[in-house]
Amino acid sequence: MSLALDRLARTLLWKELVQGFALTFRYMFRPKVTLNYPYEKGPKSPRFRGEHALRRYPNGEERCIACKLCEAICPAQAITIEAEPRPDGSRRTTRYDIDMVKCIYCGLCEEACPVDAIVEGPNMEFAAETREELIYTKEKLLANGERWERELALRLELDAPYR
Amino acid sequence: MSETTIRTFSVNFGPQHPAAHGVLRLVLEMDGEVVERADPHIGLLHRGTEKLIEYRPYLQNIGYFDRLDYVSMMCQEHSYVLAVEKLLGITPPIRAQYIRVLFCEITRILNHLLNITTMALDIGAMTPLLWGFEQREKLMEFYEAVSGARMHANYFRFGGVAKDMPAGLEERIAEWCDQFMPFMDDLETLLTENRIFKQRTVDIGVVSAEDALAWGFSGPMLRASGIAWDLRKAQPYEVYDRMDFDIPVGRHGDCYDRYLVRMWEMRESVKIIRQCLEQMPEGPVRLPNHKVTPPPRAEMKRSMEALIHHFKLYTEGIHVPKGEVYVATENPKGEFGVYLVSDGTNRPYRCKIRSPGYAHLQALEKMAKGHQLADTVAIIGSLDIVFGEIDR
Repeated sequence: MSLALDRLARTLLWKELVQGFALTFRYMFRPKVTLNYPYEKGPKSPRFRGEHALRRYPNGEERCIACKLCEAICPAQAITIEAEPRPDGSRRTTRYDIDMVKCIYCGLCEEACPVDAIVEGPNMEFAAETREELIYTKEKLLANGERWERELALRLELDAPYR
Repeated sequence: MSETTIRTFSVNFGPQHPAAHGVLRLVLEMDGEVVERADPHIGLLHRGTEKLIEYRPYLQNIGYFDRLDYVSMMCQEHSYVLAVEKLLGITPPIRAQYIRVLFCEITRILNHLLNITTMALDIGAMTPLLWGFEQREKLMEFYEAVSGARMHANYFRFGGVAKDMPAGLEERIAEWCDQFMPFMDDLETLLTENRIFKQRTVDIGVVSAEDALAWGFSGPMLRASGIAWDLRKAQPYEVYDRMDFDIPVGRHGDCYDRYLVRMWEMRESVKIIRQCLEQMPEGPVRLPNHKVTPPPRAEMKRSMEALIHHFKLYTEGIHVPKGEVYVATENPKGEFGVYLVSDGTNRPYRCKIRSPGYAHLQALEKMAKGHQLADTVAIIGSLDIVFGEIDR
């Protein structure tokens, strides 16, 4: 009997609805959790897999030795490499294309690279208007490497104990 | 006055309907507001994953499993990785097992948060979605911290995981657990007792225990119908046998019970996460067997043998002994199984994926019949379907 009365009172007084409204009202005064995106950004770990870059050695020589491990491991087959020996006998790529539209950002190329040449950097804002712009050539990737070298070196250093 | 007969008429629900949870095209035969027949048309998200897998070395396929059910990523990798490990006859180091279980449970919460809150949104409650996504964001940060990607992690590997958890992450996850429980209470305040929510879900889409078994249900759908079946308890894999947790079981098999089961499963998941963090030992996260796992980077740069292993693993990949194996794990959505046939080469001969959502969707006709159109939305929400895994 008392249980039924209790239920009736709760129904008539809109207990759970009032509770819900009170709760959402309280949430209004809590600090905001949203970020004003282009001006504020969330945290990123050193392992973040974003836009690719080809790195160089400190003396300016490109790291990539055209071993084609990244091309072999790429599940999306987004990487195309052509290579021939240079006049000085060293083996370097003549063509290194990544189709960023095909790429699935799985990070296997970076994992496979034995000389830390191809890396996925912290940049994720590389949207373009046409597909052609998203087919990255060797020049573009090397330019990326120069542009992001400080961050890239830092994240590789931070992540080195785990790799 | 002559008699008029009213015929049923067909309504196309989806594939671009916001309540259809993806690309579900549902042809509904309606008698007024009442659903007479519900005919799900699938295949709009078919990508041929199973065939693609046959053409890739084993390692490259892990990424495909992330993209099946794109809200429970690591759980699916888990099934595949376990299947390959079973064929190879290897067991990952204990720390790796703990990390896997930890992240599977994080994935479960990710999935249930999305499902419950979007179901509430379909029914008319918007606030839970906004709150739930705040928590999902925090969990995805953990994903990003270990794997580098917020969703498509590509983190589990044969014989362990790709990398160890970064220092400090355990504390962050523990902190998250502490604030998650009050959040769950808040979420329940909004939904569990709410009369609008209850009117929309109680006794809607009832599935009896026998029907649930006959239709091949698994996971929360089966448990909501009153059958206490959970692969984590029934055939424990990894370190689930060391975990102390309960299986929530429903009684009526309606949408409301399915909601309650999922809510309670999240609390149990937090319990498992806490236990993982407490019990997790130090140690390696990958087997030292370099025929299967790549050698550490520092070693690869110094030792010729390690370099050879590295090259072999990333070009040719592992050769898996001949045989066939079926491994099922308890995904957030139900039993996710991988049936692998290996012919001894570096690529799977056949990979059949058993996705739980497929079995659940086929029962939609049975569940929706006789209900109103708006109830179909609640039923679809409670089915927890994601088209990535249904269409594959």
